Amino acid sequence: MKNNKSLIFSISLVFLFTCFSFSQETTPPEVLAGKKLFNSNCAACHKLNKKSVGPALKGVSEKYDIEWIYKWVKNSAAVIKSGDAQAVAIWEEFNKSPMTAFPQLSNEDIDNIIAYTDFTPVNKAPTPGPTEIVHSANISAKTNQLIIIFSLIVFSFLAVLFYAVRKFMKRVAIANGVEIIENKQNPLQSIWRAYIKNQFLLLLTAIFGLLSIAYFGYAYLMQVGVDQGYMPVQPIHYSHKIHAGDNEIECKYCHSSSRVSKHSGIPALNVCMNCHKNISEYNGEEDIDKGYTKAFYTEEIKKLYKAVGWDEENQSYTGETQPVKWVRIHNLPDFVYFNHSQHVEVAGVDCQKCHGPVEEMEVMYQYSPLTMGWCIDCHRETNVDLKSNEYYKKIHEELSKKYGVEKLTIAEMGGLECAKCHY
Amino acid sequence: MSKQKTYWKGIAELDSNNKEKIDKIANNEFAEKIPVEEFLGDKQMLDSSSTTRRDFLKYVGFSTAVAAVAACEGPVVKSVPYVVQPEQIRPGIANYYASAIADGFDFGSVLVKTREGRPIKIENNKEANAFCSANARTHASVLGLYDIMRIQGPKAFGNDVSWEDFDTQVKARLDALKVTNKKVVLLTQTFASPTTQSIIDNFLAQYPNVEHIVYDAISESEALDAFEKTYGVRGLPDYHFDKAKVIVSIGADILGDWQGGGFDSSYAKSRVPNKNHGKAKMSYHMQLEANMSLAGANADKRVPLNTYEQQEVLNYIYAKVVKKHSRYILERLEKIANHIIDKVSKDGSKSVVVTGLQSVEAQQMVLAINNALNSEIIDVNNPRFIRQGNSKKVQNLISQSIRGEVSGLITMGVNPLYSFPEADAFAKALKKMSVSVSFVTKEDETALGSQFVAAIPHYLENWGDYEFKKGQYFLAQPTIRPLFDTRSFQDTLLKWSGETMTYYNAIKDHWNNNVLNGYNWDKALHDGFYASDKTFNNSFKKIDIPAIVPKENGSDFELVFYSKTGMGDGRQANNPWLQEFPDPITRVSWDNYATVSITDAEKLGIKNSIEDNGAVNGQYIAIKNGEKTLKTPVIVQPGQAEGTIGLSFGYGSKAGLKPEMQTGVNAYQLYKNFSNSQKVTISKVDGVHEFACVQLHNTLMGRDSVVKETTLEIFNTKDKKYWNAIPLVSKNHIETEVTSPEVSIWQEFENEVGHFFNMSIDLNACTGCGACVIACHAENNVPVVGKEEVRKSRDMHWLRIDRYYSSEDSFAEDVEKKENSNGLGKTLKSFSEMEQAAENPQVVFQPVMCQHCNHAPCETVCPVAATSHGRQGQNQMAYNRCVGTRYCANNCPYKVRRFNWFLYNQNDEFDYHMNNDLGRMVLNPDVVVRSRGVMEKCSFCIQKTQKVILDAKREGREIKDGEFQTACSSACGSRAIVFGDVNDKESEIAKLQKSDRMYHLLEEVGTKPNVMYQVKVRNT
Repeated sequence: MKNNKSLIFSISLVFLFTCFSFSQETTPPEVLAGKKLFNSNCAACHKLNKKSVGPALKGVSEKYDIEWIYKWVKNSAAVIKSGDAQAVAIWEEFNKSPMTAFPQLSNEDIDNIIAYTDFTPVNKAPTPGPTEIVHSANISAKTNQLIIIFSLIVFSFLAVLFYAVRKFMKRVAIANGVEIIENKQNPLQSIWRAYIKNQFLLLLTAIFGLLSIAYFGYAYLMQVGVDQGYMPVQPIHYSHKIHAGDNEIECKYCHSSSRVSKHSGIPALNVCMNCHKNISEYNGEEDIDKGYTKAFYTEEIKKLYKAVGWDEENQSYTGETQPVKWVRIHNLPDFVYFNHSQHVEVAGVDCQKCHGPVEEMEVMYQYSPLTMGWCIDCHRETNVDLKSNEYYKKIHEELSKKYGVEKLTIAEMGGLECAKCHY
Repeated sequence: MSKQKTYWKGIAELDSNNKEKIDKIANNEFAEKIPVEEFLGDKQMLDSSSTTRRDFLKYVGFSTAVAAVAACEGPVVKSVPYVVQPEQIRPGIANYYASAIADGFDFGSVLVKTREGRPIKIENNKEANAFCSANARTHASVLGLYDIMRIQGPKAFGNDVSWEDFDTQVKARLDALKVTNKKVVLLTQTFASPTTQSIIDNFLAQYPNVEHIVYDAISESEALDAFEKTYGVRGLPDYHFDKAKVIVSIGADILGDWQGGGFDSSYAKSRVPNKNHGKAKMSYHMQLEANMSLAGANADKRVPLNTYEQQEVLNYIYAKVVKKHSRYILERLEKIANHIIDKVSKDGSKSVVVTGLQSVEAQQMVLAINNALNSEIIDVNNPRFIRQGNSKKVQNLISQSIRGEVSGLITMGVNPLYSFPEADAFAKALKKMSVSVSFVTKEDETALGSQFVAAIPHYLENWGDYEFKKGQYFLAQPTIRPLFDTRSFQDTLLKWSGETMTYYNAIKDHWNNNVLNGYNWDKALHDGFYASDKTFNNSFKKIDIPAIVPKENGSDFELVFYSKTGMGDGRQANNPWLQEFPDPITRVSWDNYATVSITDAEKLGIKNSIEDNGAVNGQYIAIKNGEKTLKTPVIVQPGQAEGTIGLSFGYGSKAGLKPEMQTGVNAYQLYKNFSNSQKVTISKVDGVHEFACVQLHNTLMGRDSVVKETTLEIFNTKDKKYWNAIPLVSKNHIETEVTSPEVSIWQEFENEVGHFFNMSIDLNACTGCGACVIACHAENNVPVVGKEEVRKSRDMHWLRIDRYYSSEDSFAEDVEKKENSNGLGKTLKSFSEMEQAAENPQVVFQPVMCQHCNHAPCETVCPVAATSHGRQGQNQMAYNRCVGTRYCANNCPYKVRRFNWFLYNQNDEFDYHMNNDLGRMVLNPDVVVRSRGVMEKCSFCIQKTQKVILDAKREGREIKDGEFQTACSSACGSRAIVFGDVNDKESEIAKLQKSDRMYHLLEEVGTKPNVMYQVKVRNT
């Protein structure tokens, strides 16, 4: 499997590279420059094909005079103030929210941006990229099947061969006059009798049986309530892979209370809307095999809009909310006190240490067993950073004075005491 | 030894007939046996059962299998985050808001702890300089917010209506009465709120036919009248007992609810002897009273006297001190009075005389005496406004109503149909009125008898402004959105007056215009108070006060009313924490009762007997006051003045209360003319009353290392070894101090590095008020178990306040004392002493919680290591590990462990706040709710200490002294309970640890507790 993954990865990498180099070849430089400027200055409020905070910018040069656009971009408020009818109309259409002035943009910059907004890339249908990925994905599936079929053929061939050899040997034996005694009795029965008579074997089996019952019974009981790998279906398909992985959003941007509170906190929907006010559709990679298409992801964003009561058309909140009922994945029992901020802020533990490679998880699951043994193992091994925290100053001084100790694990600091976590 | 007194927990202990029972209880930690033998031994019962052995096994097998299968599948837990998260709220972090309580009986500035938007605890607002130490009821008031019996919206004639309908209907009726100029009375509680007063004034201007009468269920009317006559302001003097050298109280429970209460923190300050500069000094407190009150229990000298005798003494003191002439008085009273006069004249301006006698003249006399003494303790310039009731006007209202002269009644915060002595007649009159509106939080008697019921918010959901004391302003702010369709009284009145502004705006306007004087409103709101720097002056008006000649009781008994620490005037009767709160004096919960002196009880043939299971039973008396008779259970009360009986208010209500909370008898029925002293006749009635008393369980009998006490004189003159010796034990036939490590069979724990928590309890400062008990309840999710379970010694209080009475030791020692005394004078003296001892004992309060022993006996006997020692000094209890053997409780010498005999939450058998979703909102999310079969106990509030440590680590700083607090130590306004880190050598607790007065409970046992006590010193 691992090989397959890396195979897909390398293929797609090659494809992307070719794709990129291809686009570099055909896109004019002013468009590229314009794209850069657009992304850094305009994208927060404008989209190419869609209304956002401001109007869609595709073909804006056809609608307005270029000189007017220069003036507008550099200081829209002044244009509105001057009573320009066109300007006032736009201003009123977009809820009288003023556009940021960009005096730093030169006319040339604006030209570049317009070049970008006017640019329509030559559409080749079907694009080679995705099909290639599909192809490679298919290959991986097919290879698996091939291997299975191949081994089946080998096995059946061997079986036939074996049967043939046996038959042949029998014939040879008959031909040579060797008498073959066919055992009338079931051979298994005789083994069974011998076994029954052998008390030592019986005892051994009994011991083995009991031990294995104990072993498996214990193993079964120990996993009761341990939900490692728990991966429930959530009401909104939220992909940590896209957010934390592809877009490299810091975990604590959304789970901000993990810095200060015992709870990491499921982000409130207004946190989502910080970005999703502008990102209303998905334009990243797809995984068509699993059904994770662009349309699928865009549909999930719409679910968010519904929950938070966001009217995309009018770019405003309706006030009709439907709070999302997420399925909780990490469930500690009530009698355990766990504090995120202590681990994240004080100890500086990476989120991934307990939650696993979240940035690769398309669907979030419980990575660690969250058992007490698991907690304690870590507390036994991890040293407390005594030096960079003023709180430990006194304790550190006393310890080094008394015992000359410079390093301490959490356990040695009393981190294994029952009531540190149970109260 | 320094002291030969034995402390006993109830007079039943003195009765030799009870010896067997008491020994039995003392020897059994769990008084009630599990009735296995009774059940299995009863053949008939077993035979008659329809369940056969096979069936039984089937059921067991099936239920085990079902449980096993069900246990394997984890439940699906849903998490619903905010859609828009308020910026102040971060899940898991508590927010604190300063607010104020002013429910008409309790007034104070508080800090409200909220979690995820839910108020869960009341804390003292320590920054406020007045009214900042909340009492037990205030601490418990947060539970009232989540009271399932709260009324959820306005009602008209018993039907739910909208507020618009409500307003139009009521207004139409009020307008009709206005046109015909028929009298309407607005009967309210004391508000002490300037804005409310202006809103009411505005309303009265619109409706000239309305009269506003203020009614305090427990009247302080006479004291108000006297102050008004003397100083021209209708208020009550304030007292700074912290400066006092001599406090003389004539029938005033200065540590209870007398004149609004709240004096205990200043009182306690003057009661702690401080040896810093030469000789230690503390105030001298003398108490003359009929009932044994908290003040009496804390007094240095207490004389039980009935009201007549108290009045005589006051007359005499007044004559001598103010009038400077003599007056005839009974010889035995003269001695007391002269003793008082000696004391107060010696310390002059540092002394104060107060009285709870309910006559205008008596109150005037006291004001005149304090004026003559030039007392610095009394503050007449900044009077308190937290009692405003006018009993004459109320009396007038009752008679007018009964005559049919009142056409409408609007009540707010009062429950006259329960608390009027003529409630029945008044109810009939109310029915005839053309309009009756009742503003309530729950459907009480008055709400049920009114046409219109207006649902008002709980104080934690509402705005409010107060002037509890002249120049001391307080603000209340909502800490949660109203849970129900409620509207405040003030908002309603504004609406009826045709105003469009809200109460909040009215407060803000009023404050900006009249109060703040340029000070920042936001700052005042944040702090919850604003102290004006204006000075006020009230001058003494000399009035000739006629000496009152009280009538003697003759053969009658005198009934003296009081209010209980837990229940007050009864407005929080539906609060299970307060119902289960044991009275500090009698230690009875879930009840009120008549307290009768030992002598009178003997005459009447009344006893409190102890059952085999450790429960106390009592008998009944009928109290007859004029027409009315009340059948009341009796507690025999040491210290009760002969010929008097005490009875507490606040019980016996039925409406708006859960069946479990309908406890006790209604004392208001006998409260004629709102006078707290009534002449009654009593007679014994048949029947046995079952008390829920925590008095006779967990006995610590005969061990004088429990309470150490000494006198101020010995404390000042003798060495510590004399009055606070460390017990000696023998090691190799050498007497060695028990605290020395050599005699210990245990290894010492390493506790010098990091934090090491200790708690100090000062027996001198502890007044027994019980605020800590309720604070502990709220902080630690301690369950309420109900009357029946308390009777079986299964109460769950993690912190109890033991109350011990003192007397001479045993009969044998009495004989010895008699033999040893020679000479007529001495013999008579010892006779009289012996005679008086049990009748009027000295009292000591001792809060006891888990002592967090360094060598804990409980830890060694736990078979599953569920309880263990932490290096920060806490004895830890892991509930999830406990299997419920109860060995630990049996091995605990302090009897502080509590066992969950049942599941106390979500169990219909225990229908208290933890049995409904609303009530469970009060639970502290940081402390786990324990289940059945688990032992629990005080944790030194480890969730709080851990929080402080974790915060400091996150902020990268050292921890300052005072940051570590437990629920009890932060609730203790008297600073009797101090908590902290003894490894911080500069901390208060480290200093207390080195104090001469420091000792440990049962030190000779060698448990080395982390709770220390400070020896009680009496100023005799």
